[in-house]
Amino acid sequence: MIPQEFNYSRPGTVQEAVDLLADNDAKVLAGGMSLIPLMKLRLSAPEHLVDLGRIPDLTRITENGGCLHLGALLTHHQVATSALVQEKCPLIAETAAHIGDAQVRNMGTLGGSAAHADPAADYPAALCALEAKVRLVRRNSERLVDIGDFFVDALTTDVEPDEIITELILPVEEAGTGVSYQKLRQPASGFAIVGVAARVRISGGKIAMARVGVTGLGATAYRATGVEALLEGSEGSQDDVAKASAAVDEGVDALSDLHASSDYRRHVARVFTARAIQAAL
Amino acid sequence: MKTQINVRINGQERTDEVEPRLLLIHYLREVIGLKGPHIGCETSICGACTVALNGKTVKSCALLAVQADGQDIVTVEGLATDGQLHPVQEAFWNEHGLQCGFCTPGMLMTTRELIERNPQPTDEEIRHGLEGNLCRCTGYQHIVNAVKSAAAKVGG
Repeated sequence: MIPQEFNYSRPGTVQEAVDLLADNDAKVLAGGMSLIPLMKLRLSAPEHLVDLGRIPDLTRITENGGCLHLGALLTHHQVATSALVQEKCPLIAETAAHIGDAQVRNMGTLGGSAAHADPAADYPAALCALEAKVRLVRRNSERLVDIGDFFVDALTTDVEPDEIITELILPVEEAGTGVSYQKLRQPASGFAIVGVAARVRISGGKIAMARVGVTGLGATAYRATGVEALLEGSEGSQDDVAKASAAVDEGVDALSDLHASSDYRRHVARVFTARAIQAAL
Repeated sequence: MKTQINVRINGQERTDEVEPRLLLIHYLREVIGLKGPHIGCETSICGACTVALNGKTVKSCALLAVQADGQDIVTVEGLATDGQLHPVQEAFWNEHGLQCGFCTPGMLMTTRELIERNPQPTDEEIRHGLEGNLCRCTGYQHIVNAVKSAAAKVGG
């Protein structure tokens, strides 16, 4: 299992990286936890790899204007264990701790996971629930993309071949907001059969804000807006949560594979949505 | 086209010309001759190839040797010092934390990091921490015992 030959570049700055991508038919290497296994299987055979692993600007964590800016090359371990992230945006830290295993969390990156857009990856559920924004940079221009427009299809995102993700922008959680990520883990791979990320804020005895992100059920992660609408304004009783959770698979074309049929996935999604909301309340 | 890499492996500086597609596990086993890290599944599941890169455990079958350029690598061969087994190795020996031994190099490396990050792990934390290492012989109970014993030793 040896990858096909390729040229290798390791830029030291974002500018060098986007110049390399503008001038070459190249693919970006972050932590490599998804790309390298695909290259070994020769399902991916890039002619040129641009390794972002040594760009210091891409591993920063900063707080600015009520938002947390997480560099795209932060490893899952860094996101899971950063005191600042745990305090300001606990949902993304909790989700990062659920990804893969210890070795994968030491290498795999936030931006790499987002760019790979595996339908069973953990991060996308949290990113949807957090209404994250993704900063994409190419030579001479940059843009911000809402996470809802970012995930296009399974393994497909809005990122152009000459763009890189430099950071993900997440809201700093307001006081009184509870969060939780609940996942049914595929025992061999650690991927989510279904994973649900929830954020709930109570005000005056009622749910004032609810955000629910779901991974594993459909071709892409999504925000379960039907669940959110049923929760907001309710008192968040067990009955309210059960009713709202039943809406999680509305309008979703549920995936089916040898691990879980589409009917089973729908069932698991409802159960885990209720669990995530209860845990967040 | 080959690329030059400089690495420190178990305390020794090395410079080699490698193809960018050379995986770290193949570099360690075939170029350096360190046969401690094993190739098990080759799909980054089993963890037999686990080594420490700058002190953090990684699966060397899912890394390119060029990604390790300029970095510090420790393999299972680097655990013992001056003929003295590392406390993690001793604990696996004393607690019978292995049968065939194929997964052991990876188990030892992951355990070293696990108890460094969490000096007093519970059974559940040990099992969670070793999710990336598969053993097909022991049923894991003796491995969990060995990790606990190693933690007690290292923690004093």
